[in-house]
Amino acid sequence: MAIRDETRMLLESVTRLFEDKSIKQVIDRAETGVFANDLWQAVAETGVPLATLPESAGGADAEWSDLYAVLRLVGRHSAPIPLAETMLAGWVAHGAGLEPSDGPMSVGPVRLRDRLSLERDGNGWRLSGVAGRLPYASHVAKTVVIADGPDGEMGVLLDGTGGASVTAGKNIAGEARDTLTFDAVRLGADAVGPLRQGVSREVLYRRGALARAVMMSGALERAMDLAVSYAQERVQFGRPISKFQAVQQNLAVLAGQTAAAVAAANLGIEALGAGDAERETFLIAIAKTRVGEAATLACEIAHQVHGAMGFTKEYALQLSTRRLWSWREEFGSDPEWAAHVGSCACANGADGLWEMLTAV
Amino acid sequence: MATPMFRFDPVELPPEALALRSEVRAFIRQHEQFMGFGQDGCNREFSRAMGRRGWIGMTWPKQYGGHQRSAFERYVVIEEMLAAGAPLSAHYIADRQSGPNILRFGTEEQKQFFCPKIAAGELTFCIGMSEPNSGSDLAGTRTRAVKVDGGYRINGSKLWTSNAHRSDYAILFCKMAVDGMEEPDRHAGATQFLLDLKSPGLDIRPVLNLLGEHHFNEIFLTDVFVPDNRLLGREGNGWNQVTSELAFERSAPDRFLVLFQMLREMVRVAGPTPDKATAAALGKLISQLATLRSMSLSIAGMLSEGLQPNNESAVVKDLGTRYEQDIPVVARQLFSAEPELEAMETYVSMIARSTMNAPRFSIQGGTREILRGIIARGLGLR
Repeated sequence: MAIRDETRMLLESVTRLFEDKSIKQVIDRAETGVFANDLWQAVAETGVPLATLPESAGGADAEWSDLYAVLRLVGRHSAPIPLAETMLAGWVAHGAGLEPSDGPMSVGPVRLRDRLSLERDGNGWRLSGVAGRLPYASHVAKTVVIADGPDGEMGVLLDGTGGASVTAGKNIAGEARDTLTFDAVRLGADAVGPLRQGVSREVLYRRGALARAVMMSGALERAMDLAVSYAQERVQFGRPISKFQAVQQNLAVLAGQTAAAVAAANLGIEALGAGDAERETFLIAIAKTRVGEAATLACEIAHQVHGAMGFTKEYALQLSTRRLWSWREEFGSDPEWAAHVGSCACANGADGLWEMLTAV
Repeated sequence: MATPMFRFDPVELPPEALALRSEVRAFIRQHEQFMGFGQDGCNREFSRAMGRRGWIGMTWPKQYGGHQRSAFERYVVIEEMLAAGAPLSAHYIADRQSGPNILRFGTEEQKQFFCPKIAAGELTFCIGMSEPNSGSDLAGTRTRAVKVDGGYRINGSKLWTSNAHRSDYAILFCKMAVDGMEEPDRHAGATQFLLDLKSPGLDIRPVLNLLGEHHFNEIFLTDVFVPDNRLLGREGNGWNQVTSELAFERSAPDRFLVLFQMLREMVRVAGPTPDKATAAALGKLISQLATLRSMSLSIAGMLSEGLQPNNESAVVKDLGTRYEQDIPVVARQLFSAEPELEAMETYVSMIARSTMNAPRFSIQGGTREILRGIIARGLGLR
């Protein structure tokens, strides 16, 4: 799959932007609860957040696969912004015939067990239920959720947190994860729309899982880069620790896990264009499973190589590893997605396993 | 970022490779009686049948018996055969590394003589690298060649030579003898020969493996004569040549499919609706396999572009052997069975066979430690 020129240019410009603006002070400040507005504005100017929407809706008809490649950069640079969430929120809102915000957005539900429901109330609606741990929900102007209506799933565009009671939370990377509880909250008719074919809670969940897998592959690249560089700089026993075979062997494992994570995330991205929902789910499940496994092994090694330095707040490694430990649980953990992969394979039967693996 | 990242660009199989896959599957169904599990099987009849289909030397030039097909087509044939448990050993070494090395370094006469026979499935090669005191440290070879009238006289020994007793030729790695002190450069004088295993002065003795099977051999060479026209490449260029041979060896897509049938049986024993823990354990292995396959296909893509993805190949082999060694571990955790090679139940005999075979995966073709050393060098650490 050759990378198209325009994609490469986009990736290069977003990389420069993150190198310039997604720096440690900005990330540290975001962890204290201050939204990284400057960083968001700079990303918004590239048009990436709503790029998958049709031009008529303010988008650029961009390929999902290109935008997922941008998410890898979000992971690589620990960018504390809801870019994946805004992309997905825009897609759900548009799928419900609603006009998405041009600012940052949150999206949900992000957990399978969370169900929201809509009931008719005059010519408007009432929304009930719990949507747990929505990324940055209390920091953004709009949140898009999917709820069960009387005739199937509907998209809902909320102003702010839409009258929900909010329990603020954070993941262990300090990224806001806020739980919204709706107790028959009244909504106007123009805030709700039926979802068109192909947009659903289930698709949102798996595309979110893929977003996390791709972001994790970027965070792994950064953790590996830091570990390799640190090993070459840190001198003990009169030579850089990278000269010790025990350290080299660990770094080789780290490199292998990182390469596997990138390859697995790419498998999921490739599945997006195929137009086969079952296949897409299967490959995204494989991606989240394999990337999660890699993250667990790689964080351990990256920290081991860094010694005490990597365990400090001051040094940058924790920006990547705390995100990896958070993101591997979000939108379904690797054991959960692994169970999906295994269940599909078993339901398909032993004699169909090879065909399943080699299917296009 | 400063650190070199190993590249595994996703590739899509071209349509001709997809069409070929169904042909290969039909062929496998017609040759069901040859298939087995973890058998490392050597069957000349099967190899000749593959040769007739044009599935050996697939990417080689037609003038040397090849078929000028793509690296992806070759990949499809090999992965289908491995997943089905086909006996490939009578041609596989020659197809994977001896033939390509002859095409790269051989004389016109050698290419004409060897390659068409290999492609027909009629000539079996083995690897003449390891010695009693020279395993991972290949430069420590003690086998010595001396120039004599019309050829070379060779003395020494080789060890761990798989299939030597069933092979026609070995590519022998040795050094030119020098008088007095050894050369300071450990790679100096290294030379490769195309050694006819019927040559006088050769003594091939079995070394049984821990399953009690005869794959390994020890070869003693006593004043073995090799004619001038069976020198491969140049005298003293052997290190360069053997490095290239190892690159062919390690980039092959054969490092993670040896136990595929065991994985398949695990899915069978789990049944259509396994509990969550069982499904997750299987799903983890399947996710590893799918990822390995995608990385391996990416290597085939790089090879077809004429690149030498040595680091990437080392990564895939290292990850692949880890995955294969995990298969029997997970198998016995999911469904415990006292292992027995000759058990009537397929699952029980497979656990026995894969448990006993597992140690070799991270030793053959470069130990885990050597591969990780290669990866570390690729990272700029050595």
